[in-house]
Amino acid sequence: MPLDAKIPAGPIEQKWERRKYELKLVNPANKRRHRILVVGTGLAGASAAASLAELGYEVETFCYQDSPRRAHSIAAQGGINAAKNYQNDGDSVARLFYDTVKGGDFRSREANVHRLAELSVNIIDQCAAQGVPFAREYGGLLANRSFGGALVSRTFYARGQTGQQLLLGAYQALQRQVTAGKVVSHPRCEMLELVLVDGRARGVVTRDLVTGAVRSHAGDAVVLATGGYGNVFYLSTNARGCNATAVWRAHRKGALFANPCYTQIHPTCIPRSGEYQSKLTLMSESLRNDGRVWVPARRGDGRPPGQIPDAERDYYLERMYPTYGNLAPRDIASRAAKTVCDEGRGVGPGGLGVYLDFRDAFARLGRRVLDERYGNLFEMYERITGDDPHEVPMRIYPAVHYTMGGLWVDYDLQSTIPGLFVLGEANFSDHGANRLGASALMQGLADGYFVVPYTVGDHLARGQAKVDTSHAAFRDAEREVAARTARLLSIGGRRTADDLHRELGTLLWADAGMARSRASLEHALAGIPRIREAFWSDLRVPGTGEELNQELERAGRVADFLELAELLCRDALHREESCGGHFRVEHQTPDGEALRDDARFAYVAAWEWRGPGEAPVLHQEPLAFEYVPLQQRSYK
Amino acid sequence: MRIVLEIWRQRDPWADGRFVRYEVGDVNEHMSFLEMLDVLNQALVRRGEMPVAFDSDCREGICGTCGFLVNGEAHGPLRNATICQTHMRHFHDGDVLRLEPWRAAAFPVLRDLVVDRGALDRIVAAGGYVSVRTGGAPDANALPVPKTDADRAMEAAACIGCGACVAACPNASAALFTGAKITHLSLLPQGQPERPLRVRSMTEQARAEGFGHCTSIGECAAVCPAGIQLEVIARMNRDFLRAAFSRAAGEPLTVLPVTSPMRRYEAQPPGARETADPAEEPAER
Repeated sequence: MPLDAKIPAGPIEQKWERRKYELKLVNPANKRRHRILVVGTGLAGASAAASLAELGYEVETFCYQDSPRRAHSIAAQGGINAAKNYQNDGDSVARLFYDTVKGGDFRSREANVHRLAELSVNIIDQCAAQGVPFAREYGGLLANRSFGGALVSRTFYARGQTGQQLLLGAYQALQRQVTAGKVVSHPRCEMLELVLVDGRARGVVTRDLVTGAVRSHAGDAVVLATGGYGNVFYLSTNARGCNATAVWRAHRKGALFANPCYTQIHPTCIPRSGEYQSKLTLMSESLRNDGRVWVPARRGDGRPPGQIPDAERDYYLERMYPTYGNLAPRDIASRAAKTVCDEGRGVGPGGLGVYLDFRDAFARLGRRVLDERYGNLFEMYERITGDDPHEVPMRIYPAVHYTMGGLWVDYDLQSTIPGLFVLGEANFSDHGANRLGASALMQGLADGYFVVPYTVGDHLARGQAKVDTSHAAFRDAEREVAARTARLLSIGGRRTADDLHRELGTLLWADAGMARSRASLEHALAGIPRIREAFWSDLRVPGTGEELNQELERAGRVADFLELAELLCRDALHREESCGGHFRVEHQTPDGEALRDDARFAYVAAWEWRGPGEAPVLHQEPLAFEYVPLQQRSYK
Repeated sequence: MRIVLEIWRQRDPWADGRFVRYEVGDVNEHMSFLEMLDVLNQALVRRGEMPVAFDSDCREGICGTCGFLVNGEAHGPLRNATICQTHMRHFHDGDVLRLEPWRAAAFPVLRDLVVDRGALDRIVAAGGYVSVRTGGAPDANALPVPKTDADRAMEAAACIGCGACVAACPNASAALFTGAKITHLSLLPQGQPERPLRVRSMTEQARAEGFGHCTSIGECAAVCPAGIQLEVIARMNRDFLRAAFSRAAGEPLTVLPVTSPMRRYEAQPPGARETADPAEEPAER
């Protein structure tokens, strides 16, 4: 299948304008005749649903949570980037574009990234008008901070709760449309199948998580905004319920899955404390501005940190990266932590942790200054671990945080299935192989507020036959859902879904986590089918499908993760280079930096599902870098 | 340590519930409360029993999904923390803990510790927003907001919508929740045009949902994991009085019909629930 991204011609600054002009419009009087199904109600889904409803379309939203307001966008702490240049420090759309392409290690699509940078300024205007309580200066204007190594101050924030406030803004806009009668909201309702009629996305089949009722919903377009697949690793900073079922069902129905191996690992998370661990909590990266990272120089040194003299400590980031030191980028800091722990010098339970020490900062700046900067983070750390960072160093360890890969979409955010649009973290489009801090919120809202309301209209304006749920395709999809549910319930084995999920996650983290090699990936590819086999022969799900059954929900999601994990490893194995979040140990510079191979791998790897047990087929979308010249990242 | 749990078990909204006693041995002090329940549930599933249903998602205290009463206290004994952020080091070996769902007429129990909080979504839908369409917003810096107002608006906007305030209130009032959203928007210039209609619609929706009135007891603020202050209720009341005498007093309210799943199920006896009901399709408008 030739992959045509449908990038508009012309200079990059004019592509989006041009595309907007080319897009067909739906007659305002006809908009109410079109029904759009939006799955997922985070930043991307809620903003898209609200905007589409404002335009006059009939919209239905679906989310597994009990309210649209609970989507995991809510947990984003840091902020949202926008090229407003309110600080007069030389920021511009061009600079945000450049930073994002470079930060993505030259594996993103230039045209999409430029549009993202252009739209960033509209997002801030929109959110401020909604009443999002952004941080402000005493003059009443918006405050900014710098973030993620950017040389300009372009991050807007609302305390440490930026994601929460932006999501509530979008959620409120959505609820307004519920009152207006334009949106029907289906909370506690999980999409379990995508329905295609004549090769086009025409509906979804859902399971009501309270009653178990399986129902069909027909529409003229389907929008997936269901987030990333980080929970394939079992432990991640994602919410417990985050899952890949919607995108995986779409993938099995023909949507190509792009760059599944691009996963972002965040260096500063609270380490796991035991087998029972259910999720990992992120600590803001800003802590590395004042904290120093170290481990004991000697392996097996069991002394409390305070009793280890400086001479017997290894401040390894400062040693390995003298220029950037403790501020080395996320992927580099994460890998360095893994290296020292692999050497047996890790601290805390299982030796999977490193110290982040504020001792010197307290001596230099005093407790009051540091508490002003990090007080809430110190508190959060103490609440979770019981340790007071004023007394003992924090322990941190990397954790899976974000997935850059996702369903392949063209410039219009349409997948390879006509009528299926994919937004936010669920698509692959804007972050390349690595996402910069404060860019996830920006992308979710750009897609939802400002891109898809236009592009869906173009799809609808081109016309298609009316379809309702009486079509046979819906019966088939309902039967598939019912059969899968019945199968999950009938295995009657001994192991729980969590147990099998944890086994999968442990394998993936070891073999396809921070560092990957041909041997480790082949090991994972041999192991995953065995876990899948165990899943389908030894799983136990109590209860029935006709009731609120959280074990059944979990089992269905794990079943899909078990397939996606294999694709992730295959993609990682085929990509014989290192770039961004994908680090192949065979491909590194003598200094241990990621070594790209632009001649062979400057493309998007988009995989086609060929059926269970069949090898997926690779399709390529070549990437051209006309505006940001290819270059090697260096942080020495 | 060993923890004894007495947990409310209720199969569905129609069934009678009862407390069932469980014991969890081998509780690690670093576990979160919900991880302790995970351990219990894994054991139950292995025995072929239905696990205890409880809601949770982010498990870092921000999504507002989790929450139940621990010995009568919403989110348990730790102040300013959700139950997912409460760790077992705050309990003692041999503790007997009684877990029950939020209790309020407007929050029907769906199963065990899971309740339906759709009423809170409808309170927001009744007016908890600024009516601004996508696009066409003026430059964000065109409208300065005094820093103190923005900070206070943020404090109110921090509400996570968990419903602990309702559960803690002897009147099952949603005044803290409703007042927080009204306060957030009425402190900002963007929220002024709709201020009178907002307070009238949202409070009317809360009444229609079956939440009680506020009698200034203050339990809500005491248990609030987001630290929302009682002051927001005073602000709501003041806005309500002002609205009654404003020019907007006669405007029609934007109140939604109360459509909790409970009521949906009441029309359908449990036996008839397995199959999709075409009558439930959203009506053509």
